[in-house]
Amino acid sequence: MPDETSAITTDQVQHLANLARIALTPDEIAHLAVELGSIVDSVRKVTEVATPDVPATSHPIPLQNVFRQDVVGEVLTPEQALAGAPDSFDGRFRVSAILGEEQ
Amino acid sequence: MAALMSFEEALEKFEPVLGFEVHVELSTATKMFSAAPNDFGGDPNTNIAPVDLGLPGSLPVVNEQAVRYSISLGLALGCSIAESSRFARKNYFYPDTAKNYQISQYDEPIAFDGEVEVELDDGTLVKIPIERAHMEEDAGKLTHVGGSTGRIQGAEYSLVDYNRAGVPLVEIVTRMIFGTEHRAPEIARAYVATIRDIVRSLGVSEARMERGNLRCDANVSLRRRGTTTLGTRTETKNVNSLRSVERAVRYEIQRQAAVLDAGGTITQETRHWHEDTGTTSPGRPKSDADDYRYFPEPDLLPVVPSRQLVAELRAALPESPAAFRRRLQTEYGFTESEFRDIINANLLVEMEQTVAAGAAPAQARKWWLGEILRIANARGVEPGTLISPLHLSELIALVETGMLTDRLGRQVLEGVVAGEGSPDDVVEARGLAVVSDDTALLAAIDEALATQPDVLAKIRDGKVQAAGAVIGAVMKAMKGQADAARVRELVLERANS
Repeated sequence: MPDETSAITTDQVQHLANLARIALTPDEIAHLAVELGSIVDSVRKVTEVATPDVPATSHPIPLQNVFRQDVVGEVLTPEQALAGAPDSFDGRFRVSAILGEEQ
Repeated sequence: MAALMSFEEALEKFEPVLGFEVHVELSTATKMFSAAPNDFGGDPNTNIAPVDLGLPGSLPVVNEQAVRYSISLGLALGCSIAESSRFARKNYFYPDTAKNYQISQYDEPIAFDGEVEVELDDGTLVKIPIERAHMEEDAGKLTHVGGSTGRIQGAEYSLVDYNRAGVPLVEIVTRMIFGTEHRAPEIARAYVATIRDIVRSLGVSEARMERGNLRCDANVSLRRRGTTTLGTRTETKNVNSLRSVERAVRYEIQRQAAVLDAGGTITQETRHWHEDTGTTSPGRPKSDADDYRYFPEPDLLPVVPSRQLVAELRAALPESPAAFRRRLQTEYGFTESEFRDIINANLLVEMEQTVAAGAAPAQARKWWLGEILRIANARGVEPGTLISPLHLSELIALVETGMLTDRLGRQVLEGVVAGEGSPDDVVEARGLAVVSDDTALLAAIDEALATQPDVLAKIRDGKVQAAGAVIGAVMKAMKGQADAARVRELVLERANS
């Protein structure tokens, strides 16, 4: 549908990039606005066919109710847990102070 | 410090609209998606599995017990249980989760469309509409270091303990609550108390607010009288006691009214409750749900509870706290105010268990609301943590049968509270039983009478009060461990023999 061009603006791409903490150049933003737009167009095409009685598919394999018994298993040692930490202090991960709050 | 309008004036000009998000930590043995222990009191980063850190290659698997608990809780909230439910990723960058997303539920929560009946202090019933109850995982705990205030602003760095990351949570979300009017703060408190009582009666959570097992975010907005437009809401966090819930709602009503009345606007934001000053301060601007970019969790499969399981869990639901209250009030025969005292002290469950263990309701009430509550208040702990209902019923039986006097009973209670074992253990170890051996008592009486010969003569003359001096001496000799009534009987017997 070449006439129905995407509704994705460069501002929206910039906002998304900020949310995902990805630094993009103006060129990349312009490029992605076009690409994301065509993806949205494709999805729109699918929704035209998929009537409300077609359930959304999040998994291609028909499996459900895969559970684990509530039984304690192995844990990492604090040393193992902290092994991949960029920085640690007093048994805890050390991160730079971030302005913000728990969600 | 924000300007406040008086509560009365605020209510004259505006109608408060409330909403609550209550997070309940489930008391499963393990975490929501990993087999690490659900236990975060101890040393930092000792109860974590690779899944809790989102390490590459690790995959979450749903804890079946957490799902059962969530369904039971949903049913107790009067909700429908979803035919099919799935998890979703809530994406955000904050170091309380190592994965940069929280596994939650979005468009297919496990439970939805419920209603909770809340009873206010004067017995008024209020119905609170529940929109949904969904499953999710808790986040890690951050300590901000280096700032002068210890709070986020000004901190130099933060330390993270992920022991709590992945602990199973149910988040209970109400619909907008209208018509609370002057009772809004009271209703807020009563609602959270009701949720606490429900989860405790189900046994799905310890539900201790001071420990963060149950956390409440209170949404408040104001609508100007005579208009139909809803106001902008704020979401107050960090409200960690029932009293704070009530105060925070009252404060937000007064603060927002002052802002609106002065021609200002309310910013949609989270606000932080400060227990010490009784105020809220602005947190972050509230993100739109869209900004979390929720999408179905690809690592987890749908949860499709069988109707049979739902029926089983429904049949196993305990009596609702409201029905429980009504039943006990009838059974115990206390006056309204006597019964209200028990409820206000939050000791109804303890009362019921103590009576079930054999104690008379009046005795159980006397001990819980008297000596035990006194010790609990002095120590700043919940009375129920001091002594088990079974031990208390044993203690009451010892007093009732005359093995202990009231005073000795209090000493035994002290021993039980100190962790010295059951009442029988304490009686034995401390040698506290009442001396009921008449031989020992008579020996002490004879000795006392010998040193006070005039007393004997007085008693024989009919001056029975004179016996008091001898009884006192005997009680002293027995170190208080004698039944004064029995001593008196024996003294009179001896004098008149």
